Order: sequence, then structure tokens, then C-alpha cells
Amino acid sequence: MTAPEPQFDELYRDIIVDHYRRPRNHGSLAAPTQQAEGVNPVCGDEVRMDVSIHNSVIDEIAFDGQGCAISQSSASMLTERVQGHSIGETKEVIGKFRAMMVDGAAPDSALGDLVALEGVAQLPVRVKCALLAWNVLQEALQQAASAAGKEPA
Amino acid sequence: MLDVAHIKQDFPILTQQVNGHRLVYLDNAATTQKPRQVIDALVQYYETTNANIHRGIHTLAVRATDQYEAVRARSAGHIGASNPQDIVFTRNTTESINLVARAWGDANLGEGDEIVLSLMEHHSNIVPWQLLARRTGAVLRFVDFDDNGVLDIDQARQLIGSRTKLVSIVHMSNVLGTINPVAEIAEMAHAAGALVLVDGAQSAPHLPVDVEAMGCDFFAFSAHKMLGPTGVGVLWARPGLLETMEPFLGGGEMISIVKPEGSTWADVPHKFEAGTPNIADVIASGAAFDYLHDLGMDAVREHEKAITAYAIDSLQRIPGVAIHGPLDIERRGGAVSFSMDCAHPHDISTIVDGHGVAIRAGHHCAQLLMRRLGVPATSRASFAIYNDRDDVDALVEALQHVRRVFADDGARTAV
Repeated sequence: MTAPEPQFDELYRDIIVDHYRRPRNHGSLAAPTQQAEGVNPVCGDEVRMDVSIHNSVIDEIAFDGQGCAISQSSASMLTERVQGHSIGETKEVIGKFRAMMVDGAAPDSALGDLVALEGVAQLPVRVKCALLAWNVLQEALQQAASAAGKEPA
Repeated sequence: MLDVAHIKQDFPILTQQVNGHRLVYLDNAATTQKPRQVIDALVQYYETTNANIHRGIHTLAVRATDQYEAVRARSAGHIGASNPQDIVFTRNTTESINLVARAWGDANLGEGDEIVLSLMEHHSNIVPWQLLARRTGAVLRFVDFDDNGVLDIDQARQLIGSRTKLVSIVHMSNVLGTINPVAEIAEMAHAAGALVLVDGAQSAPHLPVDVEAMGCDFFAFSAHKMLGPTGVGVLWARPGLLETMEPFLGGGEMISIVKPEGSTWADVPHKFEAGTPNIADVIASGAAFDYLHDLGMDAVREHEKAITAYAIDSLQRIPGVAIHGPLDIERRGGAVSFSMDCAHPHDISTIVDGHGVAIRAGHHCAQLLMRRLGVPATSRASFAIYNDRDDVDALVEALQHVRRVFADDGARTAV
């Protein structure tokens, strides 16, 4: 068999497949402070997210949903990366992830396992899959900001 | 049997490499590729003939009009219709169905009247009727299908009754491949006093079609799914029916006399072709009809049955693959939807694209069908005259790679 193009080999790294098969923080929270969900209408990917924020820190986060390996592994790695971190740090991570996916920025080591999704940036039709969970998280943070009576940053 | 090696040479696009591999194009239910004869016809039209039709008496205008009208006759011939004047050119199958919903539906449906559809319809044969129902108060009823993708004909018999004004049904499903018993359904509908529209978008390109034997009242299809250019749809109506219908779009070409207080309409079918039509693409569609009829639609069907049977057999040998739709080759066409237990359709499509294999993943514009199957999406390979066993083998090899990436049964290797 002839080998596939490098870009496709790079796409589904072990860690992505592992998070797809065994999603972390999967399910719901008993007492979330925020809940948000998002759908990609074109492909049907869904992500729902429960977040528990106290004193500007994400104490707990959980997600469920259905869809492709890119959308679900991105959500799983997201929850691992931001759980226990402040909203300020989380916004930085969101910015770095978007920069890698949308602006072609080099992967930032602060993204941890999420750098495995780097290859998706080369496939414009799949970028929205990787971003779905991040849009949902951003929606949850905006809800939290509104609830706290602050302008979302 | 078709000489596929020879046919492939007529399709310039198939000679290219995609992602480092020979292009294996298996998305024919979405649109087919175009033979050189069709591309040449387009170029030749613009280089030698270009003029507006049905007006002007100069030589080019007459030549363009003659060529355009000749394709009307070939469109009729392709579906076994005797009268070219019963053919209306539209943009696509969707517009053909919308034309019927507006120009026939608005005048003939009222509060409580029923339109019977099936759960395997493409959105183009659902949404126009939902809009019509909203305008008129009519009600939609849906015929189910069984787990093998076969229409529930007993339920159709129950649903089609005295309130039914129209039955609109797909001839060949774009997802399941199912060929529906449209003649039997037409008989039921007519016995109830209803009309029948057949969505032939997937059947006209791949099966011998005879609308007179079928007994339907409207038949809609598109040129681009049968080797022709995009932007040409066809609507056929039973003789006499178009004359009873109001215009669809108003404008030039569709009028007889225009006065300040009102206008009279051109004769059919021109009454339904307002504005300058897609002259070049209609004329090039003629080359597509010629190409298929030189091969013979019976030979096309036989070839596609053989390649579809081989594909179904090959796919079933891959662990974790499930095929959605009938397995009986006599009851189905070449659109083969499948799921893999280890991977999502979009991941499958991306990985096989990396092997140069183009398939479709998603809901295929058939969300009612997906809900009935209980899946959010499927993968679909769909075949045409230029596909051969090598193409199926390339798909299977690429799907084996999907398993190496995703399967949890030891098939996974370092990639």
C-alpha cells in the first residue's frame, strides 16, 4: 500500500484517538454555575458543557455531545486543560488555541496536549469541528461575566 | 458491458492526482464528472453560436434556438415522454419541485388537504411542500420505510386517501439507494384522485425511465447528476397539465401580450421559462444525453448493478461496517451509505480523501431519513459509468486505513 500524504498522517495522532475513545470529564455536573451548548449545523457535531466557576476559577467542567473525533477530542482536551484554572488564564488558552487553528500561529507549549490538533488547521473544512467546544466554553464564560454584572472581556 | 477503461479516458478530471493518489471519484450522487464531449459542447456554443433565443431573427439566434429546443426533445426522449412541449427547463430538481408547489399547488390545495411524502425524501422534496402547507393549510403525511430501507407500501396504501391531493415520492433514494415502486404508488394515488410527482434526480441518470409506463403526473431531474453541466433542471408534466397551471416566475420570454392593465402568457412550456434561460448549459446537456444514450441506459444500469454489488460485497467484508439500505441489487441503485463502528463519517471522509478517494459524509440533505435510521450522519459512496473494481478496491483499502487509525481491536498500528 502506498503511504498517505504526510498531512493526513499527522492529523489523527494517538492522543486525539485516545481522547475520542475515552473522553475525559465526560457527562454533567451536579451543580453547574453555567451551562452552554453548541451545534455545527452542517455536520451535526454537538457539544454541551457544564461549568462550575467560583471566585473567577473554573473549579469543575464537564461535557458531553456527539460528533467526529476532532470535535469530541478537542472538547475532552479542553476540559483537562482549563479545569482548576482562572478565567484569565483560560482566556489566554482560548486565544492561543484560536491563533493556532485560525491564524496559522505556531503551537504554543501552553496548550499542552491540544497541540496535537495542529494538523487540523491545514484542513479548513474541519477547523470548525476543532473550534466547536471552544465556542461553547466562550459562551459559558460570557454567561458568567453577565451574571457577575461585568462586561465580557 | 461497458468499456470502462475507454470511458475513463473521456473524463479529463479523472486523470489528476489528489493528495498524491489517483483521484477515485465516488461522490456521483452529489454530482457526476463531465466527459470531454460536454465540455467541448460548452466551448463550441460560446465560440460559434452564442445568442439569445426565441427572439431575434439573425442567424446565430436561430441556431441557438434550434439547439436549445433540440435538447428539449432529447430530455423528453430520455424519460420516455412523447411531447417535448411537456418539458420545462429550470435550474435544478429543487426548482422543478418548487415550480409545481407554486404553480400547481397554490391553486389546487386548501385547508386540510393532504400531501403524502416519504421519510426517505431529500430536503428538496420536503421543504417546498412545507412552505405550500404553510400558505394553504394543507397537511403533510409521511410514509415510513423498514430497517432494510424498503418503503412501507402498506402504510402508503393507508395514508393515500380521499383527502390526498398529491403524492410526491423519490424514485431512487440518494442515501439508501432504494428504488421505490413508483408505478404502484401512482396507481394508488390516481385511484384516490391525487396527482403524483416523482423526484427522479437519482434515477434519471442511472436507470431506463419511462414516465408514461410509470404513470406519474410530474417528473423532475437535473442534468448535472447525469454528466451534464450544473444549472439545468428538467420538469416534465403529463400532457395537458402545464396548460392548466398559473405561471411560476414572471418576466420576459414567458408572455404573449403585455398591457398596462395586465398580460397574457406565452404557450407552454415557455410560460414557465421567464427571462433568458441557461442556454449554454442546456445545449451542452444535449451532449450528456447523447453520451448516455450512445452507451444505452440498459447497459448503464447493468454496469452500475455489477459495480454496486461488488462494492456492497467488499464493504461487508470489512469488520464493523454496516450498510444502510437494501442489499438486493434489483431493488437499489449505486448510492451506498454505510457506517463504521469505530469512526465518525467525517473522520472517515477526511482519511479516505487522504488516499485520493472522494466520498460524501453527512446527512445528505435527508435529516428525516437520518432520524429514522437513528444516526446523525452516514458515509456514502456512489457509483457511475466510469467507476470500476479498482475504484472500489481503493475505497476498501482506504477504509482499512481508517480502521488502523480508529479500531480498538488490534487493527490500530502506529500511523
